[in-house]
Amino acid sequence: MRRSIFLPVASTLGFLFLYAPIISLVVFSFNANRLVTVWSGFSVQSYVNLWEDPQLLPAAGLSLQIAAVSASIALVLGTLCAIALVRFRRFRGKTILQATVSAPLVMPDVITGLALLLLFVGMQSVIGWPANRGVLTIIIAHSICCMAYVTVVVQSRLGDLDLSLEEAAMDLGATPVRVFFDITLPIIAPALVSGWLLAFTISLDDLVIASFVSGPGSSTLPMVIFSKIRLGVAPEVNAMASIIIGLVALGVIVAATLQMRRPRTRF
Amino acid sequence: MGELGGIVRFGADQLTSFDGSVQRRVRPWSWVGGAFAAAGISGRALVIAAPAAWLTLFFLIPLAVVFGISLATKQFGQPPYSDLLTTEGGTVQLTLHLSNYIKLIQDTHVGTNFWPQVIAYLAVGLLAFWLGRVVARIAAPPAVRAIYSVSAVATALLIATLYTADLNVYLTAFLSSIKIAAVSTVFAVLIGYPMAYAIARAPDRWRNILLLLVILPFWTSFLLRVYALSGFMRGEGVINNVIGALGLPPLVMMQTDFAVYVGIVYSYLPFFILPLYTNLVKLDPSLLEASADLGARPFRTFLEVTLPLSMSGVVAGAMLVFIPAIGEFVIPSLLGGPGTQMIGRILWDEFFSKTNWPRAAALAITMLFIVVIPFMLMQRAQSAVAEGR
Amino acid sequence: MAKKPQLAADTRPWRDPAAKPFVRIRHVTKKFGDIAAVSDVSLDIFKGELFCLLGGSGSGKSTLLRMLAGFEEPTAGSIEIDGQDMTSVPPYDRPVNMMFQSYALFPHMTVKQNIAYGLKRDHLPPAEIEARVAELLALVKLQNYGERKPHQLSGGQRQRVALARALAKRPKLLLLDEPLGALDKKLREETQFELVKIQETLGVTFIVVTHDQEEAMSLATRIGVMNQGEIAMIGEPTEIYEFPNSRFVANFIGSANMVEGVVTEDEPDHVRIRSAELGTDIYVDHGVDCAPDQILWWAIRPEKIALTRDKPAPQPGIPADANIVKGYVEDIAYLGDMTVYQVKLDNGRYMRVTKTNARRGDPDAISWDETVWASWAGSSGSVLTN
Repeated sequence: MRRSIFLPVASTLGFLFLYAPIISLVVFSFNANRLVTVWSGFSVQSYVNLWEDPQLLPAAGLSLQIAAVSASIALVLGTLCAIALVRFRRFRGKTILQATVSAPLVMPDVITGLALLLLFVGMQSVIGWPANRGVLTIIIAHSICCMAYVTVVVQSRLGDLDLSLEEAAMDLGATPVRVFFDITLPIIAPALVSGWLLAFTISLDDLVIASFVSGPGSSTLPMVIFSKIRLGVAPEVNAMASIIIGLVALGVIVAATLQMRRPRTRF
Repeated sequence: MGELGGIVRFGADQLTSFDGSVQRRVRPWSWVGGAFAAAGISGRALVIAAPAAWLTLFFLIPLAVVFGISLATKQFGQPPYSDLLTTEGGTVQLTLHLSNYIKLIQDTHVGTNFWPQVIAYLAVGLLAFWLGRVVARIAAPPAVRAIYSVSAVATALLIATLYTADLNVYLTAFLSSIKIAAVSTVFAVLIGYPMAYAIARAPDRWRNILLLLVILPFWTSFLLRVYALSGFMRGEGVINNVIGALGLPPLVMMQTDFAVYVGIVYSYLPFFILPLYTNLVKLDPSLLEASADLGARPFRTFLEVTLPLSMSGVVAGAMLVFIPAIGEFVIPSLLGGPGTQMIGRILWDEFFSKTNWPRAAALAITMLFIVVIPFMLMQRAQSAVAEGR
Repeated sequence: MAKKPQLAADTRPWRDPAAKPFVRIRHVTKKFGDIAAVSDVSLDIFKGELFCLLGGSGSGKSTLLRMLAGFEEPTAGSIEIDGQDMTSVPPYDRPVNMMFQSYALFPHMTVKQNIAYGLKRDHLPPAEIEARVAELLALVKLQNYGERKPHQLSGGQRQRVALARALAKRPKLLLLDEPLGALDKKLREETQFELVKIQETLGVTFIVVTHDQEEAMSLATRIGVMNQGEIAMIGEPTEIYEFPNSRFVANFIGSANMVEGVVTEDEPDHVRIRSAELGTDIYVDHGVDCAPDQILWWAIRPEKIALTRDKPAPQPGIPADANIVKGYVEDIAYLGDMTVYQVKLDNGRYMRVTKTNARRGDPDAISWDETVWASWAGSSGSVLTN
């Protein structure tokens, strides 16, 4: 078949669209001019500003903690959910569970945030818990959204897993729980890792839900960034963004290289 | 193959133990399972119960609470809404206010037959669509096409009526949210389809790298990417610098609806590409070869083979863009102007600036009803993608 | 062809009505929704047998095997193994092991770990596990491959690891689901031979599921032919081939010319069938349990028909107008070891005849468009009443 040049051109433009803003953001983080978008010489001033910023770094620390805990909760619950959805034959409410767990994937954040806040306020007035909103309520809220991502990732890996592997283990004398830890878990481990990491970044990234359910003194990184960039350009945010993008790119590339170098284990 | 050499000792003398009874081994912790079993709970039920309980408590119940509070009224105090249940002299009283929902359609400057018209168009459109689906099973294509065109005309009239009317701020926001989300979705499809197709058809070595390039933005902060885009498009931003260097007058892009479209497409493009890629990569290349062999040119093959087979991927991906875009808050508030009224932003303001929680709740419930149909579409398409249909 | 287990040739317990079966399947039915994958199957299998379940896809053979392993629970009926009722015993407590069609080797474990897995579940002492794994590796001739991962092995090697793993726990009964299905033809023939040898040496009872009739014929002591969830026939390979009990079995195993006919003579020592389809009468030299004027079917294997240019002399005891038919050779397929003739009979029907090519490059071989006579002996065909 004759190859048309439409596809390469269209997809190159597409990738350019995805990457040009990010690259310019990184480049301008080294700009000497505070105006960010007009180039006037190389400088690391914005990184120095970032280091001295009273809000950004503490908020980043808090966000990392919240992300780690909520990703872990989401990992456990999301994996259980994926197992129930993939491995169990029909049970009552299976379609409802499927719909409920994937709803937060697309549910507008404002709805999820508002709903959880109203729940927490209601619970506080009825049973007195949670006494005030803050880190704990953000973690609970994030675990719900992140669970959806973990479930999707683990579900697709479990779906690819040859059922006869689990049957073979059972045939050789392993109880269902044993089968899970000996066979299923090691094989789906890469999916668990990427599910956790995805959940972690989703939590780290969330602005809207956290804004609803946070309380005084628990400003997460996106909340601080949002308040800074709402007023215009902020060089220290450029610096922070460059660091985050660099770390993520490095992590993804390392993970992908490891994945590619390893011989195929599926057959 | 050679002789069975040294294995004979494995045979005869051990055959007795071979058939000996199976030792029932005692498993540590087996009493745990026993205890649960005695209580009528299986391990299976526990696996389902844990996530189901968490989701019910922190997802389904909150939605119910939102609905409840949307029926309250604003009040000063903590919490800032009226109680639904009050006890007066020993009797429990349930007070429900529909005022929040009524407010959503009040203050519209429309003629008396506006609402009947809207309802009629909506009813005809939906009815004809449903009828078309039923008839499609028994009647010939021309009849079906006629019925579907009735539905299309009714929908077009509905859209025309709605978008030309002078509506209140809430309805305007709902309509413009749907419009912005729909237009952005169309652009995401137009830009994303060639990309997904190119990745799926790329040679193995390239495919992983390209896929990685799509996933990478997925992992970087959404907020920071929108910020990066704003730096790109602002008055003295990168684009205008380039245009200026060419001697052209600068473009005003920031704080317009255009910026919001670009922002949504930019942010949600990976969400569209990934499910479509999953679908396209499963497409059997021999189908394309068969089509070419039977005399179809590449573009014909695309229209008649690739596109219909990838429809479930397109729908799943499009809904992953459309649904969250309707309620988007960050993009309109960072890129849009004061005229860009999207419902997510209205809800945010209603909640944070006006502290009208019941009104915000009513908006949330209405939004929920708007996204339910596309959500169901997505569910269907996604299970089709998963099954590789 | 592989050698049959000695046990079978010596004793054939299934011919002894007093013998106690090792596996006893009683009226087992398995329904998925409304569809019965297995319906009312009863089957006895004896110790040391190599029993083949043979059937096309969807015949229920795999479902039956999975019920023996415990992965599916029968909707009705019972399964006994060595006198114990297995109905409610979970797979991990059954004295049965299975070799999977896909082999199901654990991809994250080495060959040794795969083989040792079942032994570890039995909490055997490590030294014994080590020793047994070594024995099994020797048994399947993979001594040098113990540390490899499954993806580093060839298809044939994987097959042997799967076999070793299934044998490790010394099961009373080994279930094999299409054990040779994933191998190419040459390797399949070699492995077939080895499988029988191992079975013979260890004396384990094997139940093999296969869709390949050649495989079933060469492996099995007995074959159970399955069709649409039911057992169509159980018998030794020769019985299944030479004495099929139904039109389905006659057609499914090998190929057969089959015609419909009406009984015109019904005597204790012979039967005469008039077949308009064949254009001649059929003389069968043994009595058949049927009524006069009953419609029945008669099947004959292509290799049991003689093809001659000249009309042969009548066979002793057979009327001159029976068991002979004229036609001409319309097509020939030369297969090397034999030649298949497509003979068009005078009434327009086709008959398939095969002839062994005993002489190299036979110059006198029957060729296209020759007029030929097809004839057969009174005992060559089978009379089928259902």
